[in-house]
Amino acid sequence: MSDLVQRLEAYAETLRSGRPRARPLSPHLKALEAESIHIMREVAAEFERPVMLYSIGKDSSVMLHLAMKAFFPSRPPFPFQHVDTGWKFREMIEFRDALAAALGIELRVHRNPEGVARGIGPFEHGSNLHTQVMKTEALRQAMDAHKYDAAFGGARRDEEKSRAKERVFSFRDSDHGWDPRNQRPELWRTFNTKIRPGESIRVFPLSNWTELDIWQYILEEDIPIVPLYFAKPRPVIEDGGQLLMVDDERFPLNGREPEMRTVRFRTLGCYPLTAAVESPAATLEEIVVEMLTARTSERSGRLIDHDEAGSMEKKKREGYF
Amino acid sequence: MDGAASSLREKTLARLTRTGSKGVLRFITCGSVDDGKSTLIGRLLYDSKMLFEDQVATLEKDSRKHGTAGEEIDFALLLDGLEAEREQGITIDVAYRFFATEKRKFIVADTPGHEQYTRNMATGASTADLAIILIDARKGVLPQTLRHSYIASIMGIRHVVLAVNKMDLADHSRARFHEIVAKYLEHADRLGFETITPIPMSARYGDNITARSKALSWHDGPTLLGHLEQVDAGSDLLSGAFRFPVQWVNRPNLDFRGFSGAVASGSVKVGDEIAVAASGATAKIARIVTADGDLDEAKAGEAVTLTLDREIDIARGDVLAHSDARPEVSGQFAAEILWMSPDAMHPGRSYLLRAGGQTTPVSVTELKHRVDINTYEHEPATELGLNEIGPCKLATTRPIAFDPYKDNRETGSFILIDRFTSQTVGAGMIRHSLRRATNIHGHAMDVTKTRRAEMKGHRPAVLWFTGLSGAGKSTVANLVERRLAERGCHTYSLDGDNVRHGLNKDLGFTEGDRVENIRRIGEVAKLFADAGLIVTCSFISPFRAERAMVRELMDEGEFIEVFVDAPLEVCMARDPKGLYAKAQAGEIKNFTGFDSPYEAPESPELHVKTADIEAEEAAERVIAMLRETGRLGL
Repeated sequence: MSDLVQRLEAYAETLRSGRPRARPLSPHLKALEAESIHIMREVAAEFERPVMLYSIGKDSSVMLHLAMKAFFPSRPPFPFQHVDTGWKFREMIEFRDALAAALGIELRVHRNPEGVARGIGPFEHGSNLHTQVMKTEALRQAMDAHKYDAAFGGARRDEEKSRAKERVFSFRDSDHGWDPRNQRPELWRTFNTKIRPGESIRVFPLSNWTELDIWQYILEEDIPIVPLYFAKPRPVIEDGGQLLMVDDERFPLNGREPEMRTVRFRTLGCYPLTAAVESPAATLEEIVVEMLTARTSERSGRLIDHDEAGSMEKKKREGYF
Repeated sequence: MDGAASSLREKTLARLTRTGSKGVLRFITCGSVDDGKSTLIGRLLYDSKMLFEDQVATLEKDSRKHGTAGEEIDFALLLDGLEAEREQGITIDVAYRFFATEKRKFIVADTPGHEQYTRNMATGASTADLAIILIDARKGVLPQTLRHSYIASIMGIRHVVLAVNKMDLADHSRARFHEIVAKYLEHADRLGFETITPIPMSARYGDNITARSKALSWHDGPTLLGHLEQVDAGSDLLSGAFRFPVQWVNRPNLDFRGFSGAVASGSVKVGDEIAVAASGATAKIARIVTADGDLDEAKAGEAVTLTLDREIDIARGDVLAHSDARPEVSGQFAAEILWMSPDAMHPGRSYLLRAGGQTTPVSVTELKHRVDINTYEHEPATELGLNEIGPCKLATTRPIAFDPYKDNRETGSFILIDRFTSQTVGAGMIRHSLRRATNIHGHAMDVTKTRRAEMKGHRPAVLWFTGLSGAGKSTVANLVERRLAERGCHTYSLDGDNVRHGLNKDLGFTEGDRVENIRRIGEVAKLFADAGLIVTCSFISPFRAERAMVRELMDEGEFIEVFVDAPLEVCMARDPKGLYAKAQAGEIKNFTGFDSPYEAPESPELHVKTADIEAEEAAERVIAMLRETGRLGL
């Protein structure tokens, strides 16, 4: 058994056991955790075909962890869906499959078959088209194919400006569109879950968490995350001020030579669209310490946000998560 | 883990734990575009070092492009998220922001100050523990100041910070500050806030935000952040009565039946006796289950799963409470309603009410008046428009469990949903129940339906015979009732003759009246079933929706739909009452099967074709079915 599999098996065993934690959670994390659990139970009780979108990143790890806790001793009463663009880091896919196996959850993977047939990728077609076809359209395909009426996403309000106004229960019309001017008011903890056939709700149980909360929770709850978050010498190319990792042979080197640098990732997505940061932080503790003194926001490593001002809002209106 | 790593872990955890030591404080900021509200929040984020370099760089870039602060950083731009709003220079929705100090995590709702956006402020206020009410020191107390204070007050906020901003533009004058505070206190008197903390400040320059200011050295109260870090808000729910709205029944296997939810208020311990508010059934808490081990006690805000010492009927939407301190249960109550839709609220119209996990149709039976939120005056009104507030009376189809909003924001609030657009159109804060006798709901009757059935030796049932006129419904029902009587079963029969001439003699044959006719018959059948009887009902009841409505009134398995089926030609040939002849002659309109449709049952419990078999045999099949489903014996 590899170290990763061993670690994930131990994690799954801890979750199943319902053992008390050695140290109580920090008060504010306990409050955030209870809020997220409340949201998840509302969805499980009110919707017919809910799904949790699982993107393998740290926020997804936290969301999945919360789902395992929310329904204890039952298992989460919904499947997990990964929208695979075909350009994720190899370590992400390895982690995904090992985690799903250890927890025994139902993980569904969808890749846009048309995009695959047309060979869509970020290097050749640019981040906009790639994201549109392999993420936004792929997600819509998966939603339609399984007739999901509610989908959990791990987005947080602190990530990006247009997310700050997002509701916890975010209504989507039958075309998956989001209308920022016509959102349902959301009062107290009373969520309007009423939809008509074909319509759906995106649910964001981590709305009120910040990046620091996420890291602190991962640390206190001992949640396994993809090793790419930890610093290690990795082959990178410096491109327009960003460090990109050469994860496979599809990376067009154009004569450049990847250099080994000690880097890690603060956020994970498609490898050609996710910049690494130089950092020596090789443990969770070191990451949190680095976070406490960090001077750039995590999405600065996300190349798709920089396309133009208000770009996230545009993508969201079109059905991006 | 080696020694060094373990020590780093300890140090990191210690450092982090301090950050969250006072938990979370949620607050809203209220003020107009010009009071510097967004600037204030931007300043809090900036001064508490919550901004990253790239965010500051974007901010500086945006400030030059859209900013209204000249060459300086326009903090307001940090908060205005959506493009369209940025261009208009105003915030139009609720945005949530986060920052943390070593003492506390803060969740800030930035809510707009424009009049038409009352609903947004109410949205932000509904989850806030505290409100910062901004006043421009040059302008003093304005109508909007009173408006914001009113909304904060009706939404149940108890703690207010009166932020007298832009003191730099009022010569940092102490006299001016005191004048404004005195004026505000005059008005705020009737709003029932627990604390009002006035602070003079200048958000743009950071005076009295996180650090004390030289220019305002005469102020001996706390700085804004100093106050926010230590204020004790939101403890009311902890000390309140125990309320546990059940969200989800947790049933992983036959040996475990738990009820998952979040404690809305108060606390509960293992061994406590609890009651289900609506049914009055009681049991003791056996375990308080969490994924982190069982607890001895669960407190307000905690998400847990409760198991009980005995099996009682509990479903999503039920509210559990200590048996000696139960919430009210009523289908009629008075509430303040804030209307949030461009389509006005009209008394009499039906909406969906959602309170916790409870959802039920509701209608507003009376609108008492509208409140002018600038002057707090009452105005006569026949409807509530967008952003208007007024006290109303409401009637729900099913009783709900609740507390007055002033005692409990969690169990005293509801939203109203439009039945057709599914939009959230109203927010309600319950004042009190409209029936003094409501507490009888809290008492389970000693003689129950089960007990009555036991005495009769058979189980209650509602046999619903549906079919065309002349199909043989009454004939078969009559035979069934006779056989049941022979077996010693207690029965009753409902048909057009004994209902239309009495209970429903006020009803005609319009669509609305036909629906009401069936509804009343359903309710009567339910009472007879509750009394333990086997009820036969013979009605054409042509529409699936009505039959479904009656089915929903009964317990599982109690409603037995018998489709008495004969071709129209056969029925017309039989024509026992001469009605088809009249319909053919045009003397009766909307006659089912003739010029009005009959929606045949899709999956009746029993389908008898009276053209093929004798009525005797049809009746025998009904009896056989009752016997097979165990309703004839206990």
